[in-house]
Amino acid sequence: MIDLALDFAFGCVGLALVLCTWRLVRGPEAPDRVLALDTLYVNVVALVVLLGMRLQTALFFEAALLIALLGFVGTVALSRYLSRGDVIE
Amino acid sequence: MDELHWALQALIAALLVVAGVFALVGAVGMLRFPDFFMRLHAPTKATTLGVGGVLLASMVLSWARGSFGVHELLITIFLFVTAPISASLLAKAALHLRAPSKAGQAPGDRR
Repeated sequence: MIDLALDFAFGCVGLALVLCTWRLVRGPEAPDRVLALDTLYVNVVALVVLLGMRLQTALFFEAALLIALLGFVGTVALSRYLSRGDVIE
Repeated sequence: MDELHWALQALIAALLVVAGVFALVGAVGMLRFPDFFMRLHAPTKATTLGVGGVLLASMVLSWARGSFGVHELLITIFLFVTAPISASLLAKAALHLRAPSKAGQAPGDRR
């Protein structure tokens, strides 16, 4: 039962990643692309945690935590750049 | 994964299915809504809930195996704290760049 639900969740998150990439490529404005990158890293965190559940190892949680940290820093830096024209003043 | 009680298996499977549906709905909303300020809603709420569901399922699984999932709790807290901050910063950037909005001008925006 868990394996079936894991397959379903893998499919859903993978499809969500494809849709985010589509918005990243298409996005008419620069904030749209930054928003697509933000959603992309959140979905990748979900994918890495799902992989850790499938392989039954606790090794992937550090990777997920690192992706979450660096993704947040990247989103903050990009939106600061868009709104101020500079990352560090 | 068959050594667990069936109710725990059902709980984890239901959490995974709900999380997958939420993540997919967030991405579809981000793709389909007509302007940026509407598009900001879908990922910041639905996708965060989707990731929270996956992490909750993982937490229940590792708790059922006998170890308390501190890592999952850490990732959940971090994501739930940072998602509104990044959404607010993105909205500020879009207001600064005067992104087109279906609801008319932003308050205080004299073009």
